Amino acid sequence: MIAALKRTRWLTYGLLIIASLFFLGPVYLVIVTAFKEPAEIRLATAWHLPQRWYWQSFVVAWDAFSTGLRNSLILAVTATVISAMLGSLNGYVLSKWRFPGANIVFPLMLFGMFIPYQSILIPLFQFLRDVGLYGGLPGLIVTHVVYGLPITTLIFRNFYAEIPDEMLEAGKIDGAGFFGLYARIVFPLSIAGFVVVIIWQFTQIWNEFLFAVTLTRPASAPITVALAQLAGGEAVRWNLPMAGAILAALPTLIIYIILGRYFIRGLLAGSVKG
Amino acid sequence: MRRFSRDRLTAVLMLLPSLVVLAIFVYGFIGQTAYVSFTDWGRDPAQALAVSPQLNFVGWDNYQRLFTGLLESRFRQDLVNLVFFTVFFIVGSLGLGLALAILLDRGVKGEAFFRTIFLYPFALAFIVTGTVWRWMLQPQGGVNLLPTYLGLPRGEFAWLTSREQVWRFDWNQVPSITAGIVAVVLLWIAWGALRRAQHGQAFGFAIVGLALAAWGLAGGPGVELLPFPERRGFNLALIGVIIAAVWQMSGYTMALYLASLRGIPEELREAARVDGASGFQVYRHVVFPLLGPITLSAMIILGHISLKIFDLIWAMAGPDLATTSVPALLMYLRAFRGNQFADGAAIAMVLLLMVALVIVPYLWSSLRGEVRR
Repeated sequence: MIAALKRTRWLTYGLLIIASLFFLGPVYLVIVTAFKEPAEIRLATAWHLPQRWYWQSFVVAWDAFSTGLRNSLILAVTATVISAMLGSLNGYVLSKWRFPGANIVFPLMLFGMFIPYQSILIPLFQFLRDVGLYGGLPGLIVTHVVYGLPITTLIFRNFYAEIPDEMLEAGKIDGAGFFGLYARIVFPLSIAGFVVVIIWQFTQIWNEFLFAVTLTRPASAPITVALAQLAGGEAVRWNLPMAGAILAALPTLIIYIILGRYFIRGLLAGSVKG
Repeated sequence: MRRFSRDRLTAVLMLLPSLVVLAIFVYGFIGQTAYVSFTDWGRDPAQALAVSPQLNFVGWDNYQRLFTGLLESRFRQDLVNLVFFTVFFIVGSLGLGLALAILLDRGVKGEAFFRTIFLYPFALAFIVTGTVWRWMLQPQGGVNLLPTYLGLPRGEFAWLTSREQVWRFDWNQVPSITAGIVAVVLLWIAWGALRRAQHGQAFGFAIVGLALAAWGLAGGPGVELLPFPERRGFNLALIGVIIAAVWQMSGYTMALYLASLRGIPEELREAARVDGASGFQVYRHVVFPLLGPITLSAMIILGHISLKIFDLIWAMAGPDLATTSVPALLMYLRAFRGNQFADGAAIAMVLLLMVALVIVPYLWSSLRGEVRR
């Protein structure tokens, strides 16, 4: 019995280690490729460690990607902050100021986060062109704010549902109105909600590609577009795309590793019920 | 009292801008795309990029060409690719995610460490994943070299550039096949209803299911979409894309399953063990039935991600490779590279319809449940 238990223990750890190799294998390959000299990169020796650790690829990649990284940073920070604030306000209204028809309005809002964006892309492109926002970062920011509203509203609404109504009733008796209740009771309790929403939105917007590739000109292109373009070229040595992939992945990876707990909460919140 | 109703008005007014913007940007724009899909925008190159193009109404013509036109065979293969991709991606992510969650739920040391490793790909951009896996799947290197480290011969599969196709069928059989699949699903629902003793519901689903099955067997083969047989099938080049997608998303299903497993009271499993159930039987009879709802949620979330898959394929195989293409990519190429806006809009509407078929029942049932609660 004890021997059998021990055997399953070993089996469990063995399987976990095999799974870890599957998940970490690509990371190993990316790192050894990014640190090899271009001349040393050959398909047959792809898995070998670099003979000499070579940093230059990152310098070149930084030159190639600094514009994209800067664009992505401006885009993700601005759009995240605006959509988080609007989402907080919307969630507050929808969870604490129920009005007739809210049960119909809310699902109609939510549907907006599931649609394939191809189905709105042509009118969106026309609209941005007509108002003069096509091609630059402001247009992309507006786009991400608008299509981020459903998920931020959803997360805050579920988050605020946890705040007992009695707390707000007490505030009302003290004479606080809509904004007073928000500023004095709801907002101070929202820190965790904001962390979840900000992580979620920042990651989504940083990683987004379809809007970025359709709605921006090269000078305003975010990192995903820049990376896809460089990596898609035929003549490029693999050290550059790999170094670029590391640069593009670092911001969201760092957030994930430091704030993983909130990250998981956000992705659980993505499944409507919360 | 009056004061409170004034606050209520303020509340609605604060929400109103978001509602108006979403009404326009979601529903208004979908309506406009639907309209464009019924026009000839793009057929006349002179009109394609005009500021206010002259559009002529052509009815269902664009849709008809997509499904039965001789020149649109890429769209049909894209649809077939999407269906195969979706099925394998969902099955793979659910299977691997569940396996990892069960392993981690057995009280292992370093659980947080393993969890971090399994979930980190979810934080990456599909473009990053795609770039990395494209390098992993080079025919002469990467994954194909791994067997040599175990003393085996090198792998020979060409991965993303493979042109092999298996499970081939005639596009003209699609109506019959679709009817058959829907019939099986309906009969399965009827069987479920029967077991819950809801005889009326069971009867209704069974009748419709049997009618569809009968039509699929008898009438379906008579339908002719194309004047000649057109062979479609599963492109093996998709296998690499499916592996990369599962690599990225199975940590997500693991997190969902793990949260769900932790929610199952230990007393339930203990009770089953006291009754003499083996480890496997505990899972089979106690744990798995309780994972039904989360599995359905995960299937829907993964399903809608899969139907929209775009950037991963772009980064792995490029947007132009037909063997790995999907409708989302074709829409982009048609509308924004070829200026065939009406064709692009029609493809987008087909895509939207598929996503809506998955999402609308999900939103409806989960929010209805919430109101009842």
